[in-house]
Amino acid sequence: MSIIRFEEVGHSFGDRTVLREVNLSLTEHRIGIVGANGSGKSTLVRMINGLVTPTSGTVTVDALNVARHARDVRRKVGFIFTNPDNQIVMPTVQEDVAFTLRRRGLSPAEISTRTAAALEQFGLSGHAEHPAHRLSGGQKQLLALAAVLVAQPATIVADEPTTLLDARNARRIGELLQTLPQQVIVVTHHLHLVEEFDRVIVIEEGEVVADGAPAQSLATYRALLQ
Amino acid sequence: MIGLYSPGTSFIHRAPTLLKLFLLSLCVVMIGTSPDLRIVGAAASGVVLLFLIARVPVRAAAAQIAPILLILLVAVPIQGLLSGWTVAALMAGRLLVAVALAALFTMTTTVTAVLEAFQTLLRPFRRFIDADRVGLLVALTIRCIPLVADIVREVLEARTARGTQGSLVSIAVPVVVRSLYAADALGEALIARGLDD
Repeated sequence: MSIIRFEEVGHSFGDRTVLREVNLSLTEHRIGIVGANGSGKSTLVRMINGLVTPTSGTVTVDALNVARHARDVRRKVGFIFTNPDNQIVMPTVQEDVAFTLRRRGLSPAEISTRTAAALEQFGLSGHAEHPAHRLSGGQKQLLALAAVLVAQPATIVADEPTTLLDARNARRIGELLQTLPQQVIVVTHHLHLVEEFDRVIVIEEGEVVADGAPAQSLATYRALLQ
Repeated sequence: MIGLYSPGTSFIHRAPTLLKLFLLSLCVVMIGTSPDLRIVGAAASGVVLLFLIARVPVRAAAAQIAPILLILLVAVPIQGLLSGWTVAALMAGRLLVAVALAALFTMTTTVTAVLEAFQTLLRPFRRFIDADRVGLLVALTIRCIPLVADIVREVLEARTARGTQGSLVSIAVPVVVRSLYAADALGEALIARGLDD
């Protein structure tokens, strides 16, 4: 597991403060992050991958400062976005998964083997040659997962990966995230997705208001929603 | 090239892309400059044979060639009346063979293979052009066509659902704004996938 640390992390967009002095150490296998829209949870997880740079404080992944070593950190941390359409880069399913590996300078044989294995793992082998944009929403999210996991990152960060999916596909993605051997950090509004996780963090107006076992944190969050 | 590739294992599918591109260019030039209708006829038979060898679906192949038939439907009678029917037949044959060969190339070659071929072609100019970036640019352009098409469709549906018949600007503004947001998100995804390496 990676050790991800937030030390006195703050972030502002102009006058608007999104995160305030966040201190966290993320070491568990499966971590859920919940909170209302605009609470700052997406900004928080984007900092892990270096997509957002904190305006104060530091974020480190395995002691690497993300702001200074974003390239190295991104090799350790894979990121899944809410809308898989925005994550698909290449025209066909197979090409999109292979794209991740081509950037790593692997041999064509290794790219082919690992791509085929990733597609098999996510039940996309039958769609390998199909245009990615013609997949269903659930299949697109599976493709996004395959494209990230094929690079074998130590940590997966998923920002609301089930928000755009129907209940069946959301459950499928949720089950997949549960079974991954990698460290998984999931931002979600689907609370059942994180009920079995090791730790759940609740963000409210840019601050951590609950952090601990899922039952305890989710109870706090449900109370906030009342 | 989006969704036109027809998977297969024929030797045409497996042939090196640069070789296919070279032969395609050579054949188009030779047929385009051939003054003999018999040669064009023989070339057309050869193309049919290649389609059979490649085993691409008939419907998909027909969809590729059909648009040129519509153009020929208008162009052949005009050419026939103005320059004679032999010239018209020659023009029609040349066009059909060229389009069919191009379609065969598209249907038997993946986008990745085409990009790699272009990158190989550009490599001698690496001091002036980043071949990998050009390849990625082409791939993203191809990828963005269905993305923007979806945005346009959704904007038109939203307009219909609201019962409005706005001007062109009322379509263009949301399409441009949403396209820019999508471009921003795609850029972020590229960074997340290590493209800044």
